[in-house]
Amino acid sequence: MLKVENASRTFNNGLAGFKDLSFAIQEGETVGILGTSGCGKSTLLRVLSGLDAGFEGDIVLASLGERPIGMIFQEPRLMPWLTVKENILFGVKDKKSVDVQEYLNLVGLSEFGNHFPKDLSGGMAQRTAIARALIGEPSVLLLDEPFSALDAFTKMQLQDLLLEIQEIRSTTMIIVTHDIDEALYLCDRILILGGQPGRLEGKLSIEEAKPRDRGDSNLAAKKAKILDVLHIE
Amino acid sequence: MSVKTDVNEIFEVKEKKAIKVNSEWKKVKGFALGLIIPAVLLIIWEVAVRFSLLDAYVFPAPTTIVQKIIELANEGTLWGHVGVTFYRVAVGFLAGMVAAVVIGSVVGYFKWFEQLMDPLIQAFRSIPSLAWVPLFILWMGIGEASKVMLIAVGVFFPIYLNIVSGIQGVDRKLIEVGKIHHFTALQTVRRIIFPASLPSFLVGLRSGVGLGWMFVVASELMGASQGLGYLLVVGQNTYSPELIIASIILFALLGKATDFLLKTLEARALKWQDNLQNQF
Repeated sequence: MLKVENASRTFNNGLAGFKDLSFAIQEGETVGILGTSGCGKSTLLRVLSGLDAGFEGDIVLASLGERPIGMIFQEPRLMPWLTVKENILFGVKDKKSVDVQEYLNLVGLSEFGNHFPKDLSGGMAQRTAIARALIGEPSVLLLDEPFSALDAFTKMQLQDLLLEIQEIRSTTMIIVTHDIDEALYLCDRILILGGQPGRLEGKLSIEEAKPRDRGDSNLAAKKAKILDVLHIE
Repeated sequence: MSVKTDVNEIFEVKEKKAIKVNSEWKKVKGFALGLIIPAVLLIIWEVAVRFSLLDAYVFPAPTTIVQKIIELANEGTLWGHVGVTFYRVAVGFLAGMVAAVVIGSVVGYFKWFEQLMDPLIQAFRSIPSLAWVPLFILWMGIGEASKVMLIAVGVFFPIYLNIVSGIQGVDRKLIEVGKIHHFTALQTVRRIIFPASLPSFLVGLRSGVGLGWMFVVASELMGASQGLGYLLVVGQNTYSPELIIASIILFALLGKATDFLLKTLEARALKWQDNLQNQF
């Protein structure tokens, strides 16, 4: 689906960004990218999404559709002058060919299509952003710390929403996060980045069936392992 | 542990209808409150003139001024004066606005064009616009062209400055959303930059109109045979303060009317804004 080979993108004379990353992602897989701040996680997503073209190495994306990449940022980034419905349709070329209501229902905003972003809570705004990314039916959905600005409860709701969407549409997802619990709850595989510039420090597969129990002891053991890789006691 | 809740139950959206009646009443109350001081001052003024505390030759009573306006209206000359002044402001405003929109958009969007043009424009801006008057009269005579030109110059700068800062202030994060959707430059301008800089453009329009009215007075004082500014000069030369104050009041009404028009337009176009004004 997506193959990255020896990709590097560094700033500040090679002290920030990431270096020599190689990994591959299968179709339908949810991959988490974990790492301490400054290890180039977000830079990696910017490179994958095409926002940052100044990288070295190879990135190969299979099955290029009309909009191969969907992106969800840390902030919702809605256009404040458009209603929820118009925001979801923002990047759609043929607006009649899609059923917005279906996407409103999918993210649980059935009644809010005609509201402006100023009337939405943080969680609802992020739901709108999720619908906007999904409506292009991307081959890969990139999420850059999507829930880090939300409170704990909204965060859990949206994580469950993401699992639901994953189940219904089997979207391939790459989630950058610094929340180890989130990565363990959502991902099939976790890549751990570390150092400055960031390199691949570890890989971890999580076979437990989803939805998982947030308090699972196996997950707790994996969390300890991740903390160990990240050199955090 | 899985948290599942119906979104509609958890989130509340501002209930619009219930508040509406309340806010209408609040508006009326606020409006009435603003009328109290002007009304009291008018009454004191009228009374002071009637009891000869103020000299009517210097300070005519409000009723005298209203009579003067009615007299002018009955004579039929009032509409000519108002019309000519309004026409000058409208043409000058349109000319200044079009120039500001074209130059401002290019300066705001292309960094190199800003570096090329902005120093020159800033230099011109530091010239007090009234200083152009003699030159414009020399170049274009005392007719309409020099008047409209002066108004256009006055209107140009506030609109230009607001457009440039509006465009340059567009959130990079929103532009990135466009990039993710593979927008062309034109699409980015039309669908992100234009609406995002609209608030600042409208602010520019409002201050532009204000300056337009200011400069029409200046240009009509310099030499005109018709217009409200001309009435000011006539009033001065014929020792009739009621004519001067009548024209001032007409200027105020016209200025207020155009500003109100733009304010309404602004409120319509910007109802999406998350600010104090849109709370109800």
